[in-house]
Amino acid sequence: MRHIIAVLLENEPGALSRVVGLFSQRGYNIESLNVAPTEDETLSRLTLTTVGDDHKVEQITKHLNRLVDVVKLVDLTEGAHIEREMMLVKVRATGAQRAEIKRCTDIFRGQIVDVGPTVYTIQVTGTSDKLDSFLEAVGDAAILEVVRSGVSGIARGEKVLSL
Amino acid sequence: MCDLYAALSAAITCVFHSRLNEDNSVELLSGGDMIARALEDEGVEFIFGYPGGAVLHIYDSLFTSCKVPHILVRHEQAATHAADGYARATGKPGVVLVTSGPGATNAITGIATAYMDSIPMVVLSGQVASHLIGEDAFQETDMVGISRPIVKHSFMVKKAEDIPATLKKAFYLASTGRPGPVVVDLPKDITNPVDKYEYHYPKSVKLRSYAPASRGHSGQIKKAAQLLLEAKRPVIYSGGGVIQGNASGVLTELARELNYPVTNTLMGLGGYPGDDRQFLGMLGMHGFYEANNAMHQSDVILAVGARFDDRVTNTPNKFCPNAKIIHIDIDPASISKTIAADVPIVGPVDSVLTEMLALVRETRKADKSLPDTKALDHWWQQIDEWRDAHGLWTKPRFDTSTDLIKPQEVIDTLWRVTNGEAFVTSDVGQHQMFAAQYYRFKHPRRWINSGGLGTMGFGLPAAMGAKLAFPDSDVACITGEGSIQMNIQELSTCTQYNIPVKILNLFNGYLGMVKQWQDMQYEGRYAESTYEDSLPDFVKLAEAYGHVGVRVEKKADLEGALKEVMAMKDRLVFMDIHVDPHEHVYPMLVAPNGSMRDMWLSKTERT
Repeated sequence: MRHIIAVLLENEPGALSRVVGLFSQRGYNIESLNVAPTEDETLSRLTLTTVGDDHKVEQITKHLNRLVDVVKLVDLTEGAHIEREMMLVKVRATGAQRAEIKRCTDIFRGQIVDVGPTVYTIQVTGTSDKLDSFLEAVGDAAILEVVRSGVSGIARGEKVLSL
Repeated sequence: MCDLYAALSAAITCVFHSRLNEDNSVELLSGGDMIARALEDEGVEFIFGYPGGAVLHIYDSLFTSCKVPHILVRHEQAATHAADGYARATGKPGVVLVTSGPGATNAITGIATAYMDSIPMVVLSGQVASHLIGEDAFQETDMVGISRPIVKHSFMVKKAEDIPATLKKAFYLASTGRPGPVVVDLPKDITNPVDKYEYHYPKSVKLRSYAPASRGHSGQIKKAAQLLLEAKRPVIYSGGGVIQGNASGVLTELARELNYPVTNTLMGLGGYPGDDRQFLGMLGMHGFYEANNAMHQSDVILAVGARFDDRVTNTPNKFCPNAKIIHIDIDPASISKTIAADVPIVGPVDSVLTEMLALVRETRKADKSLPDTKALDHWWQQIDEWRDAHGLWTKPRFDTSTDLIKPQEVIDTLWRVTNGEAFVTSDVGQHQMFAAQYYRFKHPRRWINSGGLGTMGFGLPAAMGAKLAFPDSDVACITGEGSIQMNIQELSTCTQYNIPVKILNLFNGYLGMVKQWQDMQYEGRYAESTYEDSLPDFVKLAEAYGHVGVRVEKKADLEGALKEVMAMKDRLVFMDIHVDPHEHVYPMLVAPNGSMRDMWLSKTERT
């Protein structure tokens, strides 16, 4: 099963490498990883998605917790949560395709953020599944470049991950 | 040596944490001086190290102002093992000081050794000056990066002002919770003698992201006590955590209160008195027949400070099929890692066991029928049958008719001659297993070996650390001609500081454990496991370093020689003991796909 783990990490040099190192060292898989400082400048928030059975994910969270730089963490997939990923896609857009791609972008509630004579750059935000679907809809032939931010997530309701 | 201990006692009586000048201003110190002073204030007894360019400022500070004695090893790996041996013998963190680049990388094996066995250690490594970091400067290496997977935590100190607090954190992290090595990387510029700073050594530190459990969950402990009392075929399986967590006293009390059998892991030997009737010996790969069988047939296992290592469990899905498992450990990540626990308890083993013992006593007062003494009698009867059949201590399980000295006899004799009271360090291989099987450790912290990493070359430097910590106790290093040559240069360190350890080299002319596997699994093809007459004369070698060398080749001479050697209290003696080259270690778990009761009992006999 896919899990989204959100981690509050000391904003220290080398802290990220401890997290990433743990995954490679113990043979765990990172599907996506996203990290940035938070409103508290001493903390970074890191969101990673990984795939594994309950035993494996339990081990992952235990080992993450053991890292001295990890202040707090939560497996968001254990409860109701919101996940978002942002993607920028550069597509070939000429002739009749231009209108078709525009329509498709509207359907996915994306935005065309840059326009050239033969290309569009489109921004799409949503769950990873939605981004996958958009790429499928546009089709491989038109896609020139894709960049995805990796998943970030937050719990629904009043639950917060903070100190 | 006397000077050394005078200096040492002066160092540990130092109580001031920040010193005031006459005008009440705080003393100003350079970065190097702060390191020296912090080590004093921390109560460090020995620094094991080796100088080099990046740590010269620090060494100058040690020379001019530090009361902590420094032991100059001959290779940085030995510095880490010596600090490790010191830490295992005393329970206090061992301290290492090495230079950048090769000094730091040479320390890596010793850091990994300490990490695998959860040994408290603080490693101070020099680093090139801050402005040179990342430039591939002379003797630069990314020590924090290289050591990252094998440390509990690491720091690179960027500002001299941060030195005292960082060192305090390093000692705190190394010695609390599940202990482990902590690396502090120190760029050369922050230790320069010119820039001076106010020095305060904090009495304590707090880290918001680090809070090891201070006690176990009461509900879980209650559940565990109940399960334990209802057991019909119980066994207590205790590991290195009982030694590190100073819980052998309360473990022994609990076991005696219940009259339950106890087995120890390789790391846990000495956690329960080895000469006690309730002790089944070591378990696992080369564990005792009665211990492995008791585990396999048990209905309740109380696992304390042990981690269900692959050398213990054999095939995990065949592990102890009928047992309910209570698992106490300070590290949540060790619980249910390989074997699922039925009653997990996260907490310090001593406090959890103390609480459990009180509950057990209370419950027994109310219900005198617990535990089921009839079932327990039956269980002990079964265990005694196993003991009589194949136990290593009930009678010799090796050929006693030959004139060749058997390695088992050497350990057995050492045990008798030292009355089971010596500190015994070992290297890695057959001699290590024989030592674990035949030296019946009465006390914790006396058995010092590299269990998790299995580091050859560990024994001699570890013995140095133990002997420095306990100069009046016997310290014996059991080794083989393979292992000893991996750090034999430390004979020179022993000369310089007069460290009179006793080395028992079980000379069999082969890398014995490699040969055993080659005998058993590769039809005796000895690929690179012998030395083709290239070995030195170890007696002369020891003498060349200024020590005493003794060779023993006849069985009849063994006991007399050992007594004589142990009586030479103030000399390092290298005993080169020629043993049967073809002896194997048994029992041995059948692998792959075996359970714990599947064992080879001799070259021809298996269960």
